[in-house]
Amino acid sequence: MKHLLLAMMLLLPVSVYAGEARDLADDPVMERRMINLAEEVRCLVCQSETVASSRSDWSNDVRQIMREKMQAGATDQEIKDILVERFGKSVLFDPPVDGETIPLWIAPFVMLLLGVAALFYQLRKRRQTVPETQLSDEAQKRAAALLNDQE
Amino acid sequence: MMRFILPLVIFLALAAFLFKGLSLDPREVPSPLIDKPAPAFTLPQLHNPKKQFSPQDMKGKVWMLNVWASWCGSCKDEHPILMDIAQQKIVPVYGLNYKDKREDGLATLRNSGDPYTLVIFDADGKVGFDYGVYGVPETYIIDKQGVIRDKIIGAVTRQNLRERILPLIEELKKQ
Repeated sequence: MKHLLLAMMLLLPVSVYAGEARDLADDPVMERRMINLAEEVRCLVCQSETVASSRSDWSNDVRQIMREKMQAGATDQEIKDILVERFGKSVLFDPPVDGETIPLWIAPFVMLLLGVAALFYQLRKRRQTVPETQLSDEAQKRAAALLNDQE
Repeated sequence: MMRFILPLVIFLALAAFLFKGLSLDPREVPSPLIDKPAPAFTLPQLHNPKKQFSPQDMKGKVWMLNVWASWCGSCKDEHPILMDIAQQKIVPVYGLNYKDKREDGLATLRNSGDPYTLVIFDADGKVGFDYGVYGVPETYIIDKQGVIRDKIIGAVTRQNLRERILPLIEELKKQ
């Protein structure tokens, strides 16, 4: 583990250097802002990776477009809107809660409620199907007689 | 009896969902541009850089916009199908040569045949970005009003053509 960590740390400066060196020199503040925004954007050609960390061609393009839009004065929200307009809400790692995505948010709670309801229903039904047996006086006497007999 | 049926039903429902999940491709992100007007642009043509093309020129026609590149592997898979569409004159196919070098794009068409009515040259991929292109090939079906009606992500297959593209084009032509 220690060795792995060391190896990774040794590689770190290399990958940083190999990255966006030219653009960092351009405007480090904006580059920082761009990377922060890119952390929230899904790389569509690689699964479960952010545009910030992906080296795919598509992610490179998206980062470049983010820089251009930022230079042109767009806010982060405007850039997100541009991406959602073209690639859909799933391009954001934290998609907005709205009419389309609300089922995903409430479905687990609905299922939990259904489960609890089913449990109570079953418990009540069981209580009803196993009624306490009421003996008539005659049956009580006979039972007593039988029991006494055995003593 | 209910005691056995209910778990079975739940199991079957779960199995159905999981089975469906097997055939879904997480890379295939449905496009939000479907049923929206095709984004406007003006770009030079591949064969003749002096001439321009703009989707507005296509008003009143049903057409296909096929995004391709010389460096794209699965474009070769769909190439014969596009050739068939062109030969049978089913629908005009316009090519968008995406993030390519002009010579490379032209060489590909020279070597393997040119199914396109016209090829548009999108060197930096900006138009591709506006169309939500993230994997090449991608194919858009656009109606007479200039609205995107369907988008095929990845290579067009014979099955795709038969079951999805041709019926839609027939319907759109009638409108």
